[in-house]
This record gives sequence, structure tokens and C-alpha cells, in this order.
Amino acid sequence: MDERRRVVLRGAGATGALAAALAAGLLKPERVLAATWDENAFRKKDVADALKIIGADDAVASKEVVLDVPEIAENGAVVPVEITSHVPGTTSIAVVIDKNPFPLTSRFDFMEGALPYVKLNVKMGQSSNIRVIAEAGGKHYVAMREVKVTIGGCGG
Amino acid sequence: MPGPMKIRATLKGSYTDIRVLMSHPMETGLRKAQGKLVPAHFIENITVKVNGKTVVKAQTSQAISRNPVFAFRVKGGNKGDMVEIGWVDNKGESNKTEAAVA
Repeated sequence: MDERRRVVLRGAGATGALAAALAAGLLKPERVLAATWDENAFRKKDVADALKIIGADDAVASKEVVLDVPEIAENGAVVPVEITSHVPGTTSIAVVIDKNPFPLTSRFDFMEGALPYVKLNVKMGQSSNIRVIAEAGGKHYVAMREVKVTIGGCGG
Repeated sequence: MPGPMKIRATLKGSYTDIRVLMSHPMETGLRKAQGKLVPAHFIENITVKVNGKTVVKAQTSQAISRNPVFAFRVKGGNKGDMVEIGWVDNKGESNKTEAAVA
């Protein structure tokens, strides 16, 4: 009994210490946990916060970013999204759904050889704007379209 | 257990079209089954390589549809180029497969 209690206490202490270190900014979560998954941005529930973290809060509307989505999606569980960026030097594309519980859905980084194009299927909980943000030379360009959802897709 | 994964890579003149199908539940962590929340289980990272060189790196959330399908494009390309795609999910499970450009 006592031994188990020790283990629990030790575990709680360690977790507490880690949380404190994180809070103090001693550990940068994005570096420690995974350099490859921007947990901080993906966990944001507010679209403005998510955009800020990915540096896209000052994105300029651009016709060079082509976003192809259905006007009406009968099934929110599978909404096709096709994106092409004609902005020269595009290095990444992020897909944000304003009214989803976690607005940032994905981010694609394009290296030498890849065309700034991606097609994917996303889930939408309800009718919402979808915005895609292309990054080129440190600047952000955005295209936005509204998709009306008949049956929400966040139930899986 | 990761299910099957399929890649189709086709030369389309000036570019190569790469399509991939992954088997994954992509659980949001918000869905309930029998009154209990089903824990989040989704692909977080995808890497696309052509002839061993990384061309696309993706970060994904639980908002990607179940059994994800993606299409990517790379400049030029030749028949027989090897396309390799791999994923890692939030539980540390992973899968990868490869296919030659046709």
C-alpha cells in the first residue's frame, strides 16, 4: 500500500516539475516533444490564436492561391479540398477551418522538387469558412471560401 | 495495427502526380461511443520522398478524414522513380510504403 502511494507521489511530483518547467519557458515544447508537430498551433481552439502562432495573422488575400472546395458538403466527415499556390517561391501551405473545435487542420512543407499543390479530405463539424495560407519568402497569402455542411463530420 | 497503404504515382508530362491512401481511424478524441469519449488517435506527420529525397513534409490534425487520401505533385520525374511515403501517429505507430512512378 505504502509503496504504491510513494510511486503515485513521485509520479505526480515529476509531472508537476515538468509543467512548471514548461510554464517557465525553460523547455520549449515544440522543440522537446517533436520538432515536427506544432502542438501549440494545433491545440489552439480559437482561429485567431492559431493564425497568430503560424504567423499568418497578417496574411494578405491573394488570387494566386487557388482553393477548390465544394460549395455544399453533404457529408462533413469527408470534405475534399484542393489547393494550388501560384505565388512564386511558396514553401508551405496551411489549411484552417474557422469553426472546427481545433481550427488548424494541417500544414504542408514543400522542399526542392515539390510543386506547391495538395489535395486532401477534411472533417468539418459545421458550415464554416475554410482558409488556406501559403507562405513565400516569409510572407503569408490567404484564400478563403465558405463551405456549407449538411451533416457535421466531427462525430467521426 | 496500421492497415494497408497504397501509392499511385503517375507521370503527367511536366509533373508527377502522387496519390496515397492510408488506413487509419483518425479519431478526433471528441467522439463518444457507448457514452465514453474515444481517445484521440490520428496521424501527425507524413513524409513524401522521391528517390530517397524528401519533397513534402506534412503535419496533420484529427480533422483529416478517416482513411486519409492525399495527392501531391513533384516537378518532372521519370518512370521508375521510387516514391516512398510514411506516416507517424500520436501513439507512435507508423507505416510506410513505396511505389515506382508509372
